[in-house]
Amino acid sequence: MELEFTSEEESFRQDVRGFIRENLPTSIRQKLIEARRTSKDDLVQWTRILHAKGWSTPRWPKEWGGTGWSPIKQYIFLEELLSAPAPELLPFGVSMVGPVIYTFGNERQKKRFLPKIANLEEWWCQGFSEPGAGSDLAAVATRAVRDGDHYVINGQKTWTSYAQYADWIFCLCRTDPTVKKQEGISFILIDMKTPGITVRPIQTIDGGVEVNEVFFDDVKVPIENLVGEENKGWDYAKFLLSNERVGIARIGVSKARLRRLRELAAMASPDGTRMIDKPRFRDRLVETEIALKALEITQLRVLSDEARNPHSSRPNPASSVLKIRGSELQQATTELLMDVVGPFALPASRNLQGSNQPSVGPDWADAVAPHYFNTRKVSIYGGSNEIQRGIIAKAILGL
Amino acid sequence: MNFDFSDEQRMLQESVQRLLGDNYNFEARQKASNSEAGFSREIWEQFSQLGLTALPFSEEDGGIGGGGEEIMIVMEALGKALSVEPYLQSVVIASSLLRHGATEAQRGPLAAAVAEGKLLIAFAHAEPTSGYHLSHVSTSAVLQGSSYSLNGSKTLVVHGGAAEKLIVSARLSGGIHDDGGIGLFLVDADAKGLSIRSYTTQDGMRAAEIELRDLSVPCDALLGNNSDGFAVIQRVTDKAIAALCAEAVGAMDAAVSSTVDYLKTRKQFGRAIGEFQALQHRASDMVVELEQARSMTMFATMMSRSDDAKLRSRSVSAAKIQVSRSAHFIGQACVQLHGGVGMTMEYQIGHYFKRLTMIEKAFGDTDHHRDLLSEAPSILV
Repeated sequence: MELEFTSEEESFRQDVRGFIRENLPTSIRQKLIEARRTSKDDLVQWTRILHAKGWSTPRWPKEWGGTGWSPIKQYIFLEELLSAPAPELLPFGVSMVGPVIYTFGNERQKKRFLPKIANLEEWWCQGFSEPGAGSDLAAVATRAVRDGDHYVINGQKTWTSYAQYADWIFCLCRTDPTVKKQEGISFILIDMKTPGITVRPIQTIDGGVEVNEVFFDDVKVPIENLVGEENKGWDYAKFLLSNERVGIARIGVSKARLRRLRELAAMASPDGTRMIDKPRFRDRLVETEIALKALEITQLRVLSDEARNPHSSRPNPASSVLKIRGSELQQATTELLMDVVGPFALPASRNLQGSNQPSVGPDWADAVAPHYFNTRKVSIYGGSNEIQRGIIAKAILGL
Repeated sequence: MNFDFSDEQRMLQESVQRLLGDNYNFEARQKASNSEAGFSREIWEQFSQLGLTALPFSEEDGGIGGGGEEIMIVMEALGKALSVEPYLQSVVIASSLLRHGATEAQRGPLAAAVAEGKLLIAFAHAEPTSGYHLSHVSTSAVLQGSSYSLNGSKTLVVHGGAAEKLIVSARLSGGIHDDGGIGLFLVDADAKGLSIRSYTTQDGMRAAEIELRDLSVPCDALLGNNSDGFAVIQRVTDKAIAALCAEAVGAMDAAVSSTVDYLKTRKQFGRAIGEFQALQHRASDMVVELEQARSMTMFATMMSRSDDAKLRSRSVSAAKIQVSRSAHFIGQACVQLHGGVGMTMEYQIGHYFKRLTMIEKAFGDTDHHRDLLSEAPSILV
């Protein structure tokens, strides 16, 4: 057992850290530090910077622009991005549809789509959830009916993140309603400009708009946009979901948040006291830090196991812990920030009211409550924590 | 960065698990616990044949030269088997006290005897008024001519009654809470002026109250011939906590497995109770807690190699907090999921719960370690 990274890995970390420090625009970094919303342009700008360096699709095969990094280096890269903090790469293209296309797509699809994912020339969104298919994803009802060289698509997707920015959407559609629900689903790529698609924004409790409803009304999609085989979409969806294990705990985000918490807690509050001097607050801070340290080690154990057994299909019991505890800790850090901001959590965010409003309380205060509200999502999306517990019970404990 | 065991470490793990699996089931453990000595001399003999008692001693001292990882492997296996033998006390703690506190001349013969499994040593440190504070030593050592005279009371000395020798902390100078001025004395258990009252513990072991009344020991009984015992005590306590965390992980692992087996076999309402979602989710939460505890135990084990005393102690405190939290949750949940049967002395799960509960309280509880950490820099780097 060895906790330390090799000197080569450490110098790689320094390279990544140095690159981010020199190339990440200050305005973007500041927004992330204060947990304020970044814009589409911010992410496009940052992705292009990484792309020019060859770092926008690290995990992809080399022929499609991957870096050939070991899992450990990929982890180091992600941790450095998250803790800088720098924007994460848009997952819908890089981590979700990209791997599905290079694994199951044909040559034409790879050439057509992958380069434009890599430089974010095309923005992708994920058409999985539906009003009647949340945790029970295989219940998708959006229909794709073959009509000559087209599918005609009717139905509705929901919780579609950043659909308002998207050029393309990858959808799970029902192509055979007569068989077992998992066996009649296809994975189809749809141009968002196709007639018949309507995007309706959903405002979330933090006041922001990240998610949308997407309606399909007789949308004609060429057959060539089917990925892999018809009715095999559930297999591709499972592949996509299991592909996102490294980084699911988002330890770097929580680490950066706790560093900032210590800084803010050491500053005098308007009443002259310092939160860091209050034993009950400090206890909660210390406990959260310990739980995060434990999760970081758990994450490293999973990585070490993957590095040792790269082709093992057996899930490491520790990996199932990552989503549950990782989301809980992201939430815990936002709760601690709420404790630090105290009564000045109250005024609605200046972002919602126009930025010429003067701040009430500390100038970072208005972003704290929206961030707390928004972060409740992390134990709901990507398979709620209750679904994760069910997975542990079945897949690991055999219950 | 890797969390792999070497081939030798895997062999050690397999051989310890096999030894305990073949010879130390729950009935055997209960028999050992209920015996006069409170543990099994037979299994202790087998430990020594397998080299376990020699594990942490250096090769010059007749040992094998195993480090923290080897101790972790053995302690986890002992935890799984719910062993009541004095391994932590006589092998882990005594070897560290001798290694860090004794001169070569003092250490040699003792180390060889402990390594061979022929000598048990207990560390008599805690006092009735010390709580968890390591520097609290009121037992006095006064130089009288060519010997020291020891007076004071030691409490909760685990397996103190079975030990042939004790290492006793006593104050040579300074106030009761001072770090400086603490000496570590080697004392024969049958020495004149020493009284030992042994009793049974909640977790099926033995502990002793020890009184020292004008106990006279020669000058060379002072380990290391110095009064810097506090640094040794701190270092040894860090190792003991790391080892105890590993024992807890073993006990939690076995308790969770046993509970999951019970959920699969116990039937109510016409089906296995493990089919009920409320119970499945509780079991899943136990897995989360167990893996977090396992991670922090590995962390503490690796960090306890560090020569940076503050970093080492901080890491060990963080591990103790996580392991205690996990042990608390898992111990209670295992009893709950067993229902009435979990309340019985006859069934094993309650004994795991009791051992885990006592581990929470050993070498500083959660509040104590949180206090130690609250003034320190963040455990995250």
